[in-house]
Amino acid sequence: MQRILVGFIIALLIGGFLGVLLGISKLADETLGSLVIALQSVPSIVWLPIALILFQGSPLAILFVVVLGATWPMTMNMRMGMKNVQPILLRAAKTMGYSGGELVWKVMIPAAIPNLLTGARLAWAFGWRALMAAELIGRGGLGRTLMDARDFFNMDLVVAIMVIIAAIGLIFEYFIFSKIERRVLSRWGLNTN
Amino acid sequence: MSHVKINHVEKTFPGSKNTEPFTVFKDIDLQVAPGEFVSLLGPSGCGKSTLLNIVAGLDKATAGTVQVKEKTIQSPGPDRGVVFQEAALMPWMSVRENVEFALRKQHGKAESREKAEYYLKLVHLSKFMKSYPHELSGGMKQRVSIARALSMDPEVLLMDEPFGALDEQTRTMLHKEVQYIWEETNKTILFVTHNIRESILLSDRIVLMGTRPGGIRTIFDVDLPRPRDPASQGFADLEKDIMNVLEKEIEKVMREEMGDDFRNKKAGLLYSSNRNMGDHI
Repeated sequence: MQRILVGFIIALLIGGFLGVLLGISKLADETLGSLVIALQSVPSIVWLPIALILFQGSPLAILFVVVLGATWPMTMNMRMGMKNVQPILLRAAKTMGYSGGELVWKVMIPAAIPNLLTGARLAWAFGWRALMAAELIGRGGLGRTLMDARDFFNMDLVVAIMVIIAAIGLIFEYFIFSKIERRVLSRWGLNTN
Repeated sequence: MSHVKINHVEKTFPGSKNTEPFTVFKDIDLQVAPGEFVSLLGPSGCGKSTLLNIVAGLDKATAGTVQVKEKTIQSPGPDRGVVFQEAALMPWMSVRENVEFALRKQHGKAESREKAEYYLKLVHLSKFMKSYPHELSGGMKQRVSIARALSMDPEVLLMDEPFGALDEQTRTMLHKEVQYIWEETNKTILFVTHNIRESILLSDRIVLMGTRPGGIRTIFDVDLPRPRDPASQGFADLEKDIMNVLEKEIEKVMREEMGDDFRNKKAGLLYSSNRNMGDHI
């Protein structure tokens, strides 16, 4: 549990920062952009063998995989949000004397919040999947328990754990993301009903 | 002494591989006195919005300079408030925060709030200070946008077809509001429009621009007493005068778009000799 939270937050920070960078700098977009897309298409669990060697089997390996899984969707959505800021808002802010970093911080990033939210949601889902997969192979947590249950042919426990995994996903979806999303969308005037 | 000085301004869009460079206008000279209300009128494509953007500092002139209060324009700045055709409000901020956003660059927190409230009162929106832009009608949004531009206490207020996207009733109401604001604040206003009546109703001077070659055609002084009545004789005469000049320009634009056989007076198809073909069978 702690792993996914820490991993999620790290992924949001890295992804958010990268997304902003790709969104505002054409140079960064043309160089790093394709790299991000390439990395995004690699399932994060593929990193586990490297991670296990890199971190010598410590719990950091799983965290590493979670972060790698969650960062890229966050990056791509943040980038999209920064690119889709209405130019008229930037022009208006310029006539008020804002420029450079202030434009990014005070206009572009707030305007990209709805995309940031989508990114966070996807990052959570990808991170959660990566965590479960990594735990199955690695050690500790729900995934490990699941594998142990299989080893003892304890199918009741296997199904129970799957239900728990689904339930946790559902709880986060309903009690955290939809609530925040509804609030943000209504404030940004984007919800249609 | 003039407030806004436009000296020999030229705008040319650079050509690419397949297109020639295109000069929108050249040698534009215009001086606006303090407190004067000047309209830029012209057919689409004559560059009136481009000229306004150059004064705002959002576009760069290819040649020539623009001075506001003896200061040459290099970049956008709060000494020139701009009202765009769309309200361009930040959707995540309330109405008051939107106005404060423009003020915070130069003023403290308390002062910004005070000023924001004052200017929102001026446009009769004090009831909606806490609303968000998507909760307002188009006319109300545009009023917020005007309050926001005014609140920076600019030397000149630039309005780029501010009522173009609004319905007729709202527009009429906002005309009254703009006149009231202008009399109240005594601001210099540069107003871009393609609506002749709007320009006669509001301005001291009307600058008529044309295309091919782009530039100022005529400048009309509007000497009618305020508030102006669109039904009065003077109003109608001036409207006719302006229409006469404008029509030629519009015809030029249409011909450009539709090909050389376009005639304003008789649309070719309706009066062609083939029109009645087969009538007497």
